[in-house]
Amino acid sequence: MVQNIIDVKNLSKSFDISSKEPGLKGTIRHFFRRQTKKLKVIKDISFEIKEGEIVGFLGANGAGKTTILKMLCGLIYPSEGSILVSGYLPFRRKENFLKNITLIMGQKQQLIWDLPPIESFYLNASIYDIDQFEAKKRIKKLSEMLEIDEELFIPVRKLSLGQRMKSELLAALIHEPNILFLDEPTLGLDINAQRNLRKFLQKYNKETNATICLTSHYMKDITSLCERVICVHEGSISYDGKLDQLLKKLSPVKEILIVCRSEDDATKLENFGFTVKNKIKNEITIKIENNNITSSLKTILNNFDIEDLFINEPPIDEIIGRVLIKKNYDF
Amino acid sequence: MNLRKYLKVYKNFLHTSFASELEYKTNILVDLITAILSLIGSIFLLSIFFQNNGYIGGWKFEQALIIQGIYTILNGITNTWFNPNLTEIVKHIREGTLDFVLLKPIDSQFFISLKKINPSGFLEIMLGFFLLFFCIRINQINLNLSFLTLSLITIICSICILYCLWFFISTTTIWFVKTWNAIEVLRSFLYIGRFPLNSFSFSLRVFFSVFVPIAFITTIPSEVFLGLSQLWKILLEVIVATVFLITSRKFWLFALKFYSSASS
Repeated sequence: MVQNIIDVKNLSKSFDISSKEPGLKGTIRHFFRRQTKKLKVIKDISFEIKEGEIVGFLGANGAGKTTILKMLCGLIYPSEGSILVSGYLPFRRKENFLKNITLIMGQKQQLIWDLPPIESFYLNASIYDIDQFEAKKRIKKLSEMLEIDEELFIPVRKLSLGQRMKSELLAALIHEPNILFLDEPTLGLDINAQRNLRKFLQKYNKETNATICLTSHYMKDITSLCERVICVHEGSISYDGKLDQLLKKLSPVKEILIVCRSEDDATKLENFGFTVKNKIKNEITIKIENNNITSSLKTILNNFDIEDLFINEPPIDEIIGRVLIKKNYDF
Repeated sequence: MNLRKYLKVYKNFLHTSFASELEYKTNILVDLITAILSLIGSIFLLSIFFQNNGYIGGWKFEQALIIQGIYTILNGITNTWFNPNLTEIVKHIREGTLDFVLLKPIDSQFFISLKKINPSGFLEIMLGFFLLFFCIRINQINLNLSFLTLSLITIICSICILYCLWFFISTTTIWFVKTWNAIEVLRSFLYIGRFPLNSFSFSLRVFFSVFVPIAFITTIPSEVFLGLSQLWKILLEVIVATVFLITSRKFWLFALKFYSSASS
């Protein structure tokens, strides 16, 4: 049986936030008498993650995804509740725990700006107590997986964002961690760089059975990497489960555009009993429930003279967008 | 603590810092020229103070040069280690890159205090030692083992006090986020350390001994050089340095509990 590697129970986090009224008067008042209020950004959440799972944390900006990730890796103390990651209390930041995890943030970098990435890799290797020979071996393996070679010897400041992100990944993985926390790793990358990064993460997960917790606003990252998603809405979990189940529930029907050979066929199809969205000359769009797609298509192909046929998947961004603004999803 | 690992990491810190600095050759050259001109300027300023009066606070010009020598060494250490690292703490906290430091299996205070070095500060340290050796000659100081030991102890204590003062201020960034001004004030107080403590009024002497112990940093090692120091003063400096080191360590660990990381 696969073990739970992350165990979160009734976790909450509050921050003191100061607010300021606009204008000079507000600024002066803010300077002399700062008013702070306690804001509960994470509210009593519980979840478990199994070893080797890739879990996507979805949520609108400010929903609390990054705060959860930072509590999981031990950067922020929780206000209430308990967290166990790989058997450790993360905020104690024990050496063996830190050797097991890594955090990659798309908008922050740890590489030394003026030097080639290879220098940062060896520095990290010494911090993780990895000898030079072993470090060399790991750099070679990871650079092959990430498809970077010459870039390792070019100063970081001269690398493109994509090349830099690959190097950041290599620096963060040199100690071969079991748990990866990725906070928007594809932020700002072009389509090809995004795809390569996703490919790498899939391969890394497959080869090492590493657990990956990921936040991203790019739905492609979530759909191609995560089987399971945890949706966070204003600090609470609104959905925790399989991504395809969520999509099926939220979008139970598919739209099918059928181009008939003649307008008569289209009219006959219109009266056949399907739910028709619209009909323009010989083109007709019908709605079919996901469960009946195969049987319905068989019927159409057997009974009508069809020129062409398109199945329109509803845009995933739109579906997920609906999830992010809703408080609870119980299936 | 695994000493071998820490030495290896520090070797890598030195290597990467040198390599980073050597990327900008002109900058290094300008820094080196600045260090030389700054020392010449300071000696010139000191000589102006002593022009009309042979003594200030009971110190001759040749004796005051010792304070200048120690100040130059400490300023060199400040520019080599403290300035590039401890000012960076503010940046780490403001931008949230302290996250990377805290997630490394290494002591975070060690990492943020020693990661960078500015090689041009070495020249200042060397110039400071040259000035000290010159002062030893002109003041006809007798070099013996107890003198060297006491000098070394007091200089090391001075470095510790200076480091802790700076580190304290940088640590408060965790609550106040921006503390550049406080660091600037500390730097200006350090300039005061170029003059003998006796040259100030009683109230200022108390202030620079008790509240901001700048006096300990340069005056006591200089007194040791001149054989003027009393044992209780040296012991007091050792105690102050130890208390500062322990407190700065505890303060850092305490402050980290309040670190909320920057938003992404």
